[in-house]
Amino acid sequence: MMLIPCPWCGPRDDSEFAYGNQAHIARPNDPLATSDQQWAEYLYFRDNPKGPFAERWMHAAGCRRWFHVVRDTYSHVILQVYKVGEWPDPALGVGPASKES
Amino acid sequence: MASQSNRLAAGGRVDRRRPLVFRFDGRRLQGYAGDTLASALLANDVHLVGRSFKYHRPRGILGLGSEEPNALIQLGRGNRTEPNLRATQIELFDGLDAHSQNRWPCLRFDVGAVNSAFHRLFPAGFYYKTFMWPASLWSTYEEVIRHAAGLGRAPEGPDPDRYERMHAHCDVLIAGGGPAGLAAALAAGRSGARVILADEQAEFGGSLLGDDDVTIGGTPAVDWVAEVVAELESMPEVTLLRRSTVNGYYDHNYLTIAERVTDHLGVGLPTVPRQRLWKVRAARVVLATGAIERPLVFRDNDRPGVMLSTAVRGYAIRYGVLAGRHPLIVTGNDDGYRTAFALADRQARVAAIVDLRADPTGSVVAEARHRGIEVLAGHSVTATHGGRRIEAAEIAPMTADGSGLAGSTRTLECDVIAMAGGFNPTVHLFSQSRGKLRWDSERSAFLPGTSHEAEVSVGGCAGTDSVAQAIKDGIRAGLEQVRALGHTARQPAAPAVEEHGQGETRTLWLLPSTQPVGRKGKHFVDFQNDVTAADLMLATREGYRSIEHVKRYTTTGMGTDQGKTSNVNALAIVGQSLGVDVPAVGTTTFRAPYTPTTIGAYGGRDVGHLFAPTRTTAMDPWHRANGAKFEHVGDWMRAWYYPKAGETFRQAVDREVTVARNGVALLDASTLGKIDIRGTDAAEFLNRVYTNAWAKLGVGRCRYGFMLKEDGMVMDDGVTTRLADDHFHMTTTTGGAGRVMNWLEEYLQTEWPEMDVRLTSVTEQWAVASICGPKCRELLGRLCPDIDLGNDAFPFMAMRDGTVAGIPARVFRISFTGELSFEINVPTRYGLALWEALMTAGADLGITPYGTEAMHVLRAEKGFIIVGQDTDGSVTPLDLGMDWIVSKTKPDFIGKRGLARPDLHKPDRKQLVGLLTEDPIFVLPEGGHVVEAVKPKPPMAMLGHVTSSYFSPSAGRSIAMALVKGGHARKGQTLYVPLEGRTIPVTVADTVFFDPEGSRRDG
Repeated sequence: MMLIPCPWCGPRDDSEFAYGNQAHIARPNDPLATSDQQWAEYLYFRDNPKGPFAERWMHAAGCRRWFHVVRDTYSHVILQVYKVGEWPDPALGVGPASKES
Repeated sequence: MASQSNRLAAGGRVDRRRPLVFRFDGRRLQGYAGDTLASALLANDVHLVGRSFKYHRPRGILGLGSEEPNALIQLGRGNRTEPNLRATQIELFDGLDAHSQNRWPCLRFDVGAVNSAFHRLFPAGFYYKTFMWPASLWSTYEEVIRHAAGLGRAPEGPDPDRYERMHAHCDVLIAGGGPAGLAAALAAGRSGARVILADEQAEFGGSLLGDDDVTIGGTPAVDWVAEVVAELESMPEVTLLRRSTVNGYYDHNYLTIAERVTDHLGVGLPTVPRQRLWKVRAARVVLATGAIERPLVFRDNDRPGVMLSTAVRGYAIRYGVLAGRHPLIVTGNDDGYRTAFALADRQARVAAIVDLRADPTGSVVAEARHRGIEVLAGHSVTATHGGRRIEAAEIAPMTADGSGLAGSTRTLECDVIAMAGGFNPTVHLFSQSRGKLRWDSERSAFLPGTSHEAEVSVGGCAGTDSVAQAIKDGIRAGLEQVRALGHTARQPAAPAVEEHGQGETRTLWLLPSTQPVGRKGKHFVDFQNDVTAADLMLATREGYRSIEHVKRYTTTGMGTDQGKTSNVNALAIVGQSLGVDVPAVGTTTFRAPYTPTTIGAYGGRDVGHLFAPTRTTAMDPWHRANGAKFEHVGDWMRAWYYPKAGETFRQAVDREVTVARNGVALLDASTLGKIDIRGTDAAEFLNRVYTNAWAKLGVGRCRYGFMLKEDGMVMDDGVTTRLADDHFHMTTTTGGAGRVMNWLEEYLQTEWPEMDVRLTSVTEQWAVASICGPKCRELLGRLCPDIDLGNDAFPFMAMRDGTVAGIPARVFRISFTGELSFEINVPTRYGLALWEALMTAGADLGITPYGTEAMHVLRAEKGFIIVGQDTDGSVTPLDLGMDWIVSKTKPDFIGKRGLARPDLHKPDRKQLVGLLTEDPIFVLPEGGHVVEAVKPKPPMAMLGHVTSSYFSPSAGRSIAMALVKGGHARKGQTLYVPLEGRTIPVTVADTVFFDPEGSRRDG
């Protein structure tokens, strides 16, 4: 069982958390302007890397806050934890470093 | 009672003043306190303890501890019986009742042993090859195979014992309490760190308990053990766990320990559980799990009496039991000589030492010769003799490379063969933690390579065969771990150790014989699964390359011991067969648990009524006192119906429904999900999460809403009320409350964090009594003096604050039945008082409580859907015929884009319709398939299925709703619901079966 450092509560067993899949997938500002393909990609298409992955977690049995974790999906090493509205360390190479992407 | 003929007069750690009586296969035997079942059986000269899995060959005790593959025991009777326990780990207690396994009709004569005579019929992959055809007969084959094979027998009733879980955190967890683990615990403990030291045996000391030729600090090793344990016990931050197997190593230094609390007593104690599963998060881990001796693979190496060398020695030294008086030692190292000497010191007459090494030079060789023990260097065991017990071995000199024989054979009589084939470090936990193993060709063993977790391996599991080295490494590891955690370490001095090592070792994976492998006799590799060297070679000849495939094809390394003694031998033989090195073969995956663990320990207290929480409402005591029947709805227990004396289910429900339509009826609606929503953006938030418009909803008014997922499918529904400009009271379905709360929180936190909205779950803060029926206004008027209940003053879909029966209340005029109805919300602590007041005040009106079943009938009569029953996550509001609830003007809401997909507007989607059976009395089963045309047998093109179906007292007939392809255009059509033995014709109808004009709503 992983030990996840909640940015608000500190390290807790992963059984206290809910998983929220890939992070930094923003809901389109104007969903009606998206094509069916773009909408499908927003809704269903997710990366599945072997290695560092920015993902969302929620401390369901704790503070109930959503936050972000960069986790190596192979080794389960947690590389970074950060709050909603913050961005992953660019050095980790896990996707957007700013809100534009 | 048989005497303990193999028990030495003195010595060992058993208490000869405390004799214990036990039974093995019904036979009364005696042992001593401190024995294991295995040592007590050997004390009574019982070697034959089981039959092998496939060939039903007689098998004896091989090992000393958890590695034992053969001596599997069924212990105890009735619901406390437990199969597949290792006799080597069962501590003896008075009255112990053990049975051997896998024998029929009895151990000494076994019908299945004929399998051995026909062994050519049982090659590797036998099951796969033999029972492939015809497939239809597999169930017959399986029954026969299950009877003939299989190990122990599971208890048939519920487990009467109690188990529990313990969650713990520590600075350092040390797995294994031998010399290395004890030294690490001492070093870490003296620094003040919080230490847990766990060992699977009844006492600490590990290998030192089975040796008598090691001194530490000038005293016998066991005295050093006692001193260290005493010091550790005096440390408040050190927890010592005996009989506790660290059986799982998971992510981020999370480990499980199975502690057997009372098993050794033979009876449970009222104050403690039988077993306890520790779940430990350790900052640092020291693995000191030792090593397991390797059997040697020679022809017919499985006869009872063929044992591991350290086991033979351990039984003699630790338990005072001579497994045989005339032992033959077969060794590839100096350690085998230690066994010879220990036995010789205890009245055994050593037959000979067969040394695989061509020219052993250690001082032990000289000592053996000095003691008059014959040393046969460069020899192989070529055959063995004996039935239920080893009687003799044939030996012959080998060629220099060990691949063949270089001389004639000679027969040596013996009653035990001690195999010293070197040691396999117990790297199971290291490997479970995802540490990478490396092959050490000098030691011929897998050793811990690169660590993955904050962990270090020391002692035997790190490859050392030296007690001095183990203690030194243990101390160093203990210090390093606590220093890394910021403790000030105080270094204990490493004591001086006198010991004998393994010396130079020779590893031969397969001892040469006079016959080729597979001819006349078997070279067993995996004793528990009856896998021979010939089986492994056959698998490679048949093209198997991956060791994982070879494992599954031959079953090597499977079973309850998971190949503790066999895996490395199997890998090496596969490697030889393929002409590659062991590292190229690789290893199979080590998985938790290290030893079989009772499911009860994992379940802990989460069994029976504690398996899942049960939620009850404030009115629950009244329901129980008044004979309600209950049903589970999510975690809730809800009153289902309230039968009167002699009433059937249908009669009670019909009565409740009829009263609700004609008088006044009362429902406990407390379980509905409720969310309090506040903030200046609350109305805009609702606009985004519901499909309809919310901005203009007036204060004190209610509105029904649909929540969709982003894909446009219905997720939940409910009525939400505006309490103030910036304050709403949302209700959700009973089962969907948690899901909706999570959903709303997620959008607020991750998509719209700029919105000023706060959510609070208030499901449990409000008790809800819903009154319904034409007389309910009169009833409420009697109890509610401060709200004008007139239809104009308090219209449908409005909410008023007031008091009911003197209790502050929110009263909502909403209806899930189509009748005039009020939902009275009061603080939960007043729920029961409100309910009782309503029942009392309505007595003369004939007030009748109704349960969830009548509620379902009432709503279905009106065509009101239940999300999750009439929908299934693939249903849109359009499919439900509820286009009116989807705003065409709002620029966006969750699900709007999803609903815009053209596919969701196709006319042939499954749509919700009513179904009327031709026979008005017949009630369709929910889930029944709807078809267009009936064929004599399946398959038939399916149009959909029945989602809700009841007998409707109000309509005077059965009613049903169904999701049917293109259903909205099928009104009036006749379709069919094929059932077992009959087919029901149905007419597609509207979903509203009663009062389609809605004339009853205002009373």
